[in-house]
Order: sequence, then structure tokens, then C-alpha cells
Amino acid sequence: MTALCDRSATELSAMLRGGETSSVEITASCFQRIEAVEDRVRAFLARREDAAQEQATAADSRIASGGAPAVAGIPLALKDVLSTRGVETTCGSKILDGYVPPYDCTPWKRLKDDGSVLLGKTNCDEFAMGSSNENSAFGPVHNPWDLTMVPGGSSGGSAAAVAAGEAIWALGTDTGGSVRQPASLCGVVGLKPTYGLISRYGLIAFASSLDTIGTFTRGVRDAAMLLSFIAGKDLLDATSLDTPRRDYTEGIDGGIDGLRVGVVREAFGEGVEAGVESSVRDAVDRLAGLGATVGETSLPHTDYALSAYYLIAPSEASSNLARYDGVRYGLRVDGADSIEMMTRTRGAGFGAEVKRRIMLGTYALSAGYYEAYYGQAQKVRTLIIRDYEAAFSDFDVLVSPTSPTTAFPIGAKVDDPLAMYLNDVFTIPANLSGMPAISIPSGLDEKGLPVGVQITAPVLREDVLLRAAFALEQAIALEGRPRLVTDLAA
Amino acid sequence: MPVEIDIDHVARLARLELSDEEKERLRAQLAVILDNAAKVGEVATEDVPPTAYAIPRSNVLRPDELTPSLPVEEVLANAPEVEDDRFKVPRIVEVE
Repeated sequence: MTALCDRSATELSAMLRGGETSSVEITASCFQRIEAVEDRVRAFLARREDAAQEQATAADSRIASGGAPAVAGIPLALKDVLSTRGVETTCGSKILDGYVPPYDCTPWKRLKDDGSVLLGKTNCDEFAMGSSNENSAFGPVHNPWDLTMVPGGSSGGSAAAVAAGEAIWALGTDTGGSVRQPASLCGVVGLKPTYGLISRYGLIAFASSLDTIGTFTRGVRDAAMLLSFIAGKDLLDATSLDTPRRDYTEGIDGGIDGLRVGVVREAFGEGVEAGVESSVRDAVDRLAGLGATVGETSLPHTDYALSAYYLIAPSEASSNLARYDGVRYGLRVDGADSIEMMTRTRGAGFGAEVKRRIMLGTYALSAGYYEAYYGQAQKVRTLIIRDYEAAFSDFDVLVSPTSPTTAFPIGAKVDDPLAMYLNDVFTIPANLSGMPAISIPSGLDEKGLPVGVQITAPVLREDVLLRAAFALEQAIALEGRPRLVTDLAA
Repeated sequence: MPVEIDIDHVARLARLELSDEEKERLRAQLAVILDNAAKVGEVATEDVPPTAYAIPRSNVLRPDELTPSLPVEEVLANAPEVEDDRFKVPRIVEVE
């Protein structure tokens, strides 16, 4: 029998309503799984078993009295860049070690009010900067499919937790691919909705013009369900869009007959592993088999997107991270005066990648260089958006690999920042353009590691995105789970 | 041409203490990254307008209503040093 913690939220929600199980049982099942695998996976930075069981008990009585929201009683994990009142939030950084937020981020506030259960906070690259989770100050997360491999990043803990059945679903953040890429490497579904669809109030900022909250689930329908409960206008985030709350699961099974699917030519070039290419090509064939009209399209400025991103994101980060000054929260290293205190605090508190990006961004924004770097990168951003506008005049959705490779060994790319940055080459354009995109598992490569296929839709067309992803997921019908999980059942 | 960066100047702007070893490593790494990033100049021509936000918004207003502030005690509990409900910092100005 499938353990409760390995079931989908959709299924569990129905079971809860039918009285077949309780939130207390589901939550206990998640903690049992955590107990069994967490010493090897290391997805969590903080677990809160007692508080979670209290929330589960409350959810059970709410469900029993009828009319509880569909997310009530479903256990969740949150990436540790999302503020949780009373629960330590570190961003995977020593500089915030011990920081306890005095308020909740809006997505968690909404889920909590609707009866969700918080299992804990998940590990991530420091301040969400990284593609392998190796930049966490608290040690790397291990990929549940192969513990010697990275889970991807920066939301690697959330991805690994969902893949290993330690959580039913999880939230992460995606600034250049940090939800989609780890989802791809861990064989789960990662959704990055339109920029501004989910409020970022309480998300500890990395690059404000790119940061997007996203979901990790074991199925597309779960992603649509979770999105329905966290999306929509929030007065506390001026960048949140004026969209009404809606049920994104509606129409998800409508099929894709006649849908125009554009295959991105630039996403099958040099650097894409053969196993990735063949799996994604198979997925494209399946889309055609489902009645979609498939054609080739081009995003000609793809090559420049990466360069633009690695100017824009560090520039914004260097500004956002100015707040870590040893005054209001987090680490302080004493100095003779305030400037020396700040300089020492930041030198001791930030890790190598964060320092690299602060230096890069500070340089790119400094007098004499602003136009040549940041200004030019913003122009490239316009070109990327025009690429998408042209492609979407012929196609409803675009398809590419999520990542050029499957999971790579821990330690393989740590000394080569440029090689590491290349992991995000296919995910970055959706951040620069604000488009919604999703990664779903398309199969396993010859090493038995998951491959992800990325679908992108125009701004605020989550309906088309989810319908296409759901149809493809049903057609692929991938059964595999990490051996770590299947061994437990044996 | 590789980019020459005045690491000490940039670190001072960023209020970031770096060891000599870190400076050496960053000087080399940033030169490579910036060299690659300079590619943006190849296509970012005069006639292309810049984009700051993919989905631009302006004059986003909310009703001007009083709401409770964050609880002072919870906020100050995170501070490295506190005095009388205030954040305490080391000396800022020189005293004669």
C-alpha cells in the first residue's frame, strides 16, 4: 500500500473529506519518512513536529465540521527564504542564523488561515543564489535519486523533500530557474507562475524584478490546486497583479487538441546531454500524438539572456543585501565604529557565492560602468520579451528542456562559476520576460536520473500552461520514484 | 581585453571585508564573468529601450488605513544589541 506521504494532495484532500484518513495521520506519515531518510537527504533546516501535529489536529476538527478549504490538513514545506512568524528563517546564510521573523509571508499566511500544516523550513543555496544547493551555509542537500548528486538549486531542499515523500508539496522561489531546475533534477513538478501572480510580501528579496514564488508538487493537478490558494492581489506587495482569485484546476483536463506547440530551436544545441534531448523530443512527440500542432520556433536572443541575467540579478542583489548590516537582525561582528562593524559583519556572514554576486553587482552599478553593464542588460531584456512576443504570435506554448543536464555530482562545478551559471540557460528567459513556465518529469536518462521538460506560456496564461502540462503528464504516465523511497516499501 | 577591477574600491562600496585570498580569487573570477557578460553590448543597440520590469506597474495605491505595526518586542528580539526599545549601534561620528 502506498504510504500516505507518497500520495498526491488531490488524493489526500478527497480522503480527508471522505473520512478515510486524518491530517494527524498524514502529518505523522511525513515525519516518519523524514525520520527514515533525512540523515541522507538533508532537505530540512528546521523541522517542527509538535507544532505541525497541533496544526493537524486543528485541521481535522475543521474538516469534520465541514466546509474546510481543500488545502486544509495537507502538510507543506517552505523554502527558508520565506518568512514564517515565530519560526527561524535563515536563507541558508550564517548572517541570518537565529533570525525569527515577526510576520508571515503572504502565501504561508493564506495557507495557514486555510488550515495547512507546516512541516518545516527547507535548505537552499544562500539567499537563493545557486543551482546546486552547495552554497548553503548549512551543508548541501542530496538528490533522493542518487545521494552523490546535487538536487539542483536554489530551492533544492523543497524539491528533494517532495521527491522523497518528506512533504506532500512545498513552496520555493524562482529568480532564474530556482524552482524549475531543481524540480527537473529531482523528478517532480515545478511551477513558476507569471511574475506578480503570487505576492512576495515576506519573501526575503534576492533580485526584485525577477523573484517569483513557485510550487513543488508530485503532479500537475496538485500544482494547480496549490496555486489557487496562494495566487492573487495582495495590498502588501505593490508588484502583485490585480488578478481575481480563481480555481486553476478548472479545465485542466480539457485536452490539447489543436494546441499550437513551438519547440525552441536554441534549446537543443551544444551542451545539452543526449539523454535530455531524446527524452524531451519524446515528450514533443507525445504532444503531437495528443492532437497538438507542433512546429519549430526560435528565441534568437537566448544566448544573451544568461549574460543579461548575470548582470541584472547581482546588481539587484547587491542593493537588496545592503540591509544585512548587523544592526536590526542577524549576525554582528564588533568593530571600532559602525562602518567597521558592518564591513566585518558582512565579511564574516556571507558565503563565497553571495560575496561574488554582491561584488559583481556593486561593480556593474558603480559610477562609469552602469550604462555599459546594467543599462545594456536591461535592453537585452526588451529583446528577450520581443522574442517571446514573436514566438507566441505563432504558438500557444513553447517547449524546451528545463535544464541542459540531469543531476551532476556534488562538488563537480563548485570551482567554476560560469559552468554553474549555464545550468539556468533555458530557465532564465522566463524570468527576464515574466512568463509562466513549468517543469514536469519527461523520463529518466541512461543513468536513471530524471529529465525535465519545460513548457512556457504567455503572461497570465496559467490556464493553457497547466492544461498542456497535465495532458503531457497523463500521456507520459511516469511511474518511477527514487530507490530511496521504493526500498522503504520493500 | 580582460576587465581590470579595483577590488578594494568595489569592496569598500559594498562594505564587505575580504581576505587577500578572497580578493585574488574574485579578481580572476569577476574578470571572466564580466568578459562573458559584456556580450550584452553586441545586441543592445541605441534604438532598443530598456526594460526594468517585465510587467510594468505604476502608481500602485492602497487605502490609507491604520493597521497594527509589528510587535516591538518580537522585532527587537532579533537585534544584536538593544537599548530602551531602540537598536544600538557602535559610534557613528568621531567625538573630539
